[in-house]
Amino acid sequence: MKNKFLLIGLGMAAFFILVAVFAPFISPYDPTAIDQDELLAPPSRSHLFGTDSLGRDLLSRIIYGSRVSLSIGFVAVIIATCFGLFVGSCAGFYSGLLDSIVMRFVDIMLCFPTFFLILAVVAVFEPSIFNIMLVIGLTGWMGTARLIRAEILSLKDREFIQAARAIGASNARIITRHLIPNAIGPVLVNATLGIASAILLESGLSFLGLGVQPPTPSWGNILIESKSTLGVAWWITVFPGLAILVTILSFNFLSEGLKKKFG
Amino acid sequence: MLSYILRRLLGIVPLFLGITIISFIVIHLSPGKPTSIEQALNPRVSLETRAKLDKIYGLDKPLHVQYVNWFSRLLRFDFDRSFRDGRPVSEKILERMPVTITINLISLALIFLLAIPIGIKCAVNENRTFDKITTVLVFITFAMPVFWLALLLMDLFCIRLGWLPVSGIKSLDFDYLSPLGKFLDMSKHLILPIFVLSLGGLAGVSRYMRSSMIDALRQPYINTARAKGLPEDKVIYKHALRNAILPIVTIVGLSIPGLLAGSVFFESIFAIPGIGRLFYEAVMMRDYPLIMAEVVLGAVLTMFGNLIADISYAVADPRIRFKGNEK
Repeated sequence: MKNKFLLIGLGMAAFFILVAVFAPFISPYDPTAIDQDELLAPPSRSHLFGTDSLGRDLLSRIIYGSRVSLSIGFVAVIIATCFGLFVGSCAGFYSGLLDSIVMRFVDIMLCFPTFFLILAVVAVFEPSIFNIMLVIGLTGWMGTARLIRAEILSLKDREFIQAARAIGASNARIITRHLIPNAIGPVLVNATLGIASAILLESGLSFLGLGVQPPTPSWGNILIESKSTLGVAWWITVFPGLAILVTILSFNFLSEGLKKKFG
Repeated sequence: MLSYILRRLLGIVPLFLGITIISFIVIHLSPGKPTSIEQALNPRVSLETRAKLDKIYGLDKPLHVQYVNWFSRLLRFDFDRSFRDGRPVSEKILERMPVTITINLISLALIFLLAIPIGIKCAVNENRTFDKITTVLVFITFAMPVFWLALLLMDLFCIRLGWLPVSGIKSLDFDYLSPLGKFLDMSKHLILPIFVLSLGGLAGVSRYMRSSMIDALRQPYINTARAKGLPEDKVIYKHALRNAILPIVTIVGLSIPGLLAGSVFFESIFAIPGIGRLFYEAVMMRDYPLIMAEVVLGAVLTMFGNLIADISYAVADPRIRFKGNEK
């Protein structure tokens, strides 16, 4: 089977995940170590990506930054997907009043200028990695909820569900074992896309100073410094941004590949 | 038609209530109060003074009372006063509006003027060179952080080449320029922000147009049109385009939240005094009334965007109206 998107996306995503996991082994320097003799040093053999204005090695900071960015992406999407699956399957399965209340709520959430809400929340609840994961997750579950609800509505009167009920399976078992697995394809596609947008969102928040706080390196907050080094140190602008771009690209490819595979 | 619009308008009321309630609760449950910032900055502010401040701002009342107060003022378009400088919030927002609206309208116009022809060209040349190159560009644009692009362009055009001014919307000598000079000066300042803001939408809308057009070109009536010997131009621009362009109408409304989010970024990067930057400042200062007003403003714009999308869709496509009436 030829599915180039899936292969390339999988390969690139795996690469970034490995980099994040093995960060302490592959990064050439300590990401917070200050070297006063190498302030704003351009890329060279000793510092492949150059150094920042405190003399910290940029490559090491980007490698460690991948840990923060990827884990925020994954955890936020896990929160969003679990919440969406729960809400959506309850709404679809029990229908009636519960369904209409829940779907109204989904409508409200979809009408929110999500980014404004996230900014406001992060600002009032002190920006920390955990808060960012939570707030990105809790504002990104609506798509999954709609998806799973529609799927369950179309499946719940089919014979295999009646059969499951006849042999005495509980509602929870029917939902988790028989209904959700049938919708796993679209949910997975949605989740992969969600990882990409969560990483993008995190980098934006950190860039605005409302995300991951220094000295913890994240791709977004490394870029804060580039505002003051424009025209002086191109490497500080180019490399962290490229890291974001390629990561997002890999997850978008992956989701495109999954879409082809499942649909 | 009228009943359809009325029904949609009524549906907005509970949406609006829900949105304001959720944002009110989220913002007011936060651990820090704005009065505690004032106290932290000035250690001489005693607890007593703080209680007084709380009273002045109404922060000592229970949450639901605060909400009702706030909401009843909202209906009179009174958004309270800013915690920071005591000026009415509505005034602060109104003076920042024109810049943001101008930039957003220009970039919306730009998006549609460019994206629709690009989408059509891609669909007509499906899987040929032009389509493939555009697809790659679209993928890259989707993956690009807006603020990074802004930084790169700023580095290149404003600092290295020195062609464009770095930030703001006017030069220092703006007031002394001739009308034409003023126009040129402002355009110079706005080129980069508008480009950065438009690019994401351009990618999205052209992609959407492409798939909509491809769908339309596969319909049986296109075969009929071709079979009866119509020139290909007519088939594409008269028969297919008219149907393909319908779904695009909805995109105008739906692109509003994205534009608002984009405004926060490009306005803070390029130092443009619009509502995006105002919101950012409000968030940094924990200026509750201002934050609430901006969230409500964003939500109202989003809701009306959706509404306009639905209505224009119904106007353009009778099938929607009639289906609505059957219910």
